[in-house]
Amino acid sequence: MSSSFLFNVATLSYLVSMVVFFAFLGSRNKTIGLAGSIAASFGLIVQTAAIGLRWKESYDLGHGHAPLSNLYESVVFFAWTIIFIYVLIDFRYKYRAVGAFVVPFAFLGMAWAQLGLNSGIEPLVPALQSNWLLYHVITCFLGYAAFAVACGVSIMYLIKSKYEVGNGNAKSGGIMSLFPSTKFLDDLNYKAIMLGFPLLTLGIITGAAWADYAWGSYWSWDPKETWSLIVWFIYAAFLHARITRGWVGRRAAILSIIGFAATIFCYLGVNLLLSGLHSYGGG
Amino acid sequence: MTPTKTGFANSLWNFFCSLKLTIFLLIGLSAASIIGTVVPQNAAPAQYAKIYSEATVQLFNALDFFDMYHSWWFILLLYLLTLNLVACSLKRLPRDWKIFTAPTVAMDEEMEKSLSLVRHCKMPGSSAKLRDMLGVFLTREFAAPVVTGGEGRYYLFAQKSLYSRLGVYVLHFSIIIIFIGAMIGSYFGYKAYVNIEEGSESSVVYRRTASAGQMETPEQIAARAIDLGFTVRCESFSISYYDNGSPREYKSVLSVIENGRTVVDRRPVIVNSPLTYRGITFYQSSYSPADDPVFHLTVRSGKDGTGRKITARHGERVSLPGGSSLQVIEYTDDIKPFFPQLSGPAVRMAVMPKSGETQILLLLKNYPDFDLQRGGELAFTYDGMDQKWRTGLQVAKDPGVWIVWLGCCLMVAGIFMAFFLSHRRIWVRIENGRVSIGGATNKNQPAFQIFFDTLTDKLKAM
Repeated sequence: MSSSFLFNVATLSYLVSMVVFFAFLGSRNKTIGLAGSIAASFGLIVQTAAIGLRWKESYDLGHGHAPLSNLYESVVFFAWTIIFIYVLIDFRYKYRAVGAFVVPFAFLGMAWAQLGLNSGIEPLVPALQSNWLLYHVITCFLGYAAFAVACGVSIMYLIKSKYEVGNGNAKSGGIMSLFPSTKFLDDLNYKAIMLGFPLLTLGIITGAAWADYAWGSYWSWDPKETWSLIVWFIYAAFLHARITRGWVGRRAAILSIIGFAATIFCYLGVNLLLSGLHSYGGG
Repeated sequence: MTPTKTGFANSLWNFFCSLKLTIFLLIGLSAASIIGTVVPQNAAPAQYAKIYSEATVQLFNALDFFDMYHSWWFILLLYLLTLNLVACSLKRLPRDWKIFTAPTVAMDEEMEKSLSLVRHCKMPGSSAKLRDMLGVFLTREFAAPVVTGGEGRYYLFAQKSLYSRLGVYVLHFSIIIIFIGAMIGSYFGYKAYVNIEEGSESSVVYRRTASAGQMETPEQIAARAIDLGFTVRCESFSISYYDNGSPREYKSVLSVIENGRTVVDRRPVIVNSPLTYRGITFYQSSYSPADDPVFHLTVRSGKDGTGRKITARHGERVSLPGGSSLQVIEYTDDIKPFFPQLSGPAVRMAVMPKSGETQILLLLKNYPDFDLQRGGELAFTYDGMDQKWRTGLQVAKDPGVWIVWLGCCLMVAGIFMAFFLSHRRIWVRIENGRVSIGGATNKNQPAFQIFFDTLTDKLKAM
């Protein structure tokens, strides 16, 4: 069994999970919601095995390294972290509807990686031969994933709050009854960012430490560095805005979505559109 | 800080204390930072002329867009952010200071009203006995309490993670520390480079400036030179490759000589493993050929078969026995991309007989008999080549870097304290067999509420 096959199984599981979650929104059948969670969890287990297997495969090729070295591997890891954080939230709160807004991010990532990106296992170029690679990539992507969850939750918030404004709070039927309350969504948005922000901070610091060790400069205003700082500023603004009144709810949700858009640009846009030091540019 | 300030000073103070300013600066800094990721920074004027119209270049020049992150207005925004966070910290310090130095240890009826979590219960026994019992209970279940009061009315106060209130100060202070480290680095340190040929040495390095790499006079280059105070010698440089031809390792072997003594002997420096001596760090950064390569060949004349070693520089015409001559045209470290069934280094050369047509031959290092099979008058083998390299080293001195790392550590500690720990407090009042318990937290109210409910349930069960 190859890691590539397992990645396909994981991708399929996320597709099934996503479709089932959509069906859950339509049918409001609790068993269907549970099935969506099970599909996502199954995909996570398979993908974990696939990442481990790919790691082993790289050793079999004679130039072993953690599977975090190019665009394909980073997209796969990003999808894994999104599902990982989602499954944690699912275990904790059991609000199945959240899955319909978070799992699609992971599915799209996996589908893009499996269909559109070069999945060959390449040996590490000299610049990446460092233990910092592991610390830097893991912290950054866990942070990104937390922001992805916050973004999904914020989209739900906007939909739900629009409905509540339109219909008043009295009626509780329809799909909207499956959505957690706006108070819960707002709180979850905040909590996800409270988790993502420290991870992003660690990601930036480990990146700076590595840059200093490899190139002799911990900060050189490279586009990737600058964009990570932009993302950091946006979420810092989000956290400060929360302390003052009036920046909860709708405005917080919008800021969270803008933050995730900046995150995605930092991750992909910089490599695909701008030039810089990060190796997987151009894919 | 004090109400006796003049109107202007007061409003200035309020301006710098405001969270609105923080949010404006954070959003402003993000938006401004985008410019420098889109407009190439510190590029050559010719490059800008290619991308932008003359008017745009002038405008961008006036706005400092070409070196945006060092422009006065960007630095000003960073200074304002620093002032803002210092002012905000000073503003909230007195309130937190009081919580540290003079905590409210007695929950009277008035204070009780300000707490959202309060429970009452009746318990048997004298006040003094209840006081001792609750003291033991709180120590076991939460934290050791401070006991005050007397004459049948007692107050207990216990708290946990008081220091988590410092988190926000530590976090904000860490940003200032990082800025200080960065400033020390930029005033007392430098970023430089030096290119050293294999077998030679240098005691100067060249500062990287915005104009470095452009057309410069020797005087301009000399003006950028920094004397190291010791000598760096490049003993050798080598590149190794993976099977697929991509680079595996760039390695310079460096020695450091100070006052005629070798203080660092043949230390390999690769990417991700620099050499530091006297606070100056040398990083493997680039390489270039220092010279045309020299090829080692053996030529045998078809009759006797005794070989004669010859060397030929790339492109150089070398005479052969019998009046003919040869010239190496091109070479590769690996023939595989051209002929997948073959492998190893190869050269292509021209053999020019005294008279007649020039012959183009391919020689393969891994297949010494390859040219013999041609059956020519002369047979050649390719024994290898020498390439003299020049290693390119990035050189950095940054006395502020440890202050930056200290700032980063403080930042992580501050975030952890401010985000994940909460200051939790429990007050107890005992009077006439009536026990009142109050609780407060500065963060994560739901989790504290669960803890508080469990605690009071346990107490009631006693």
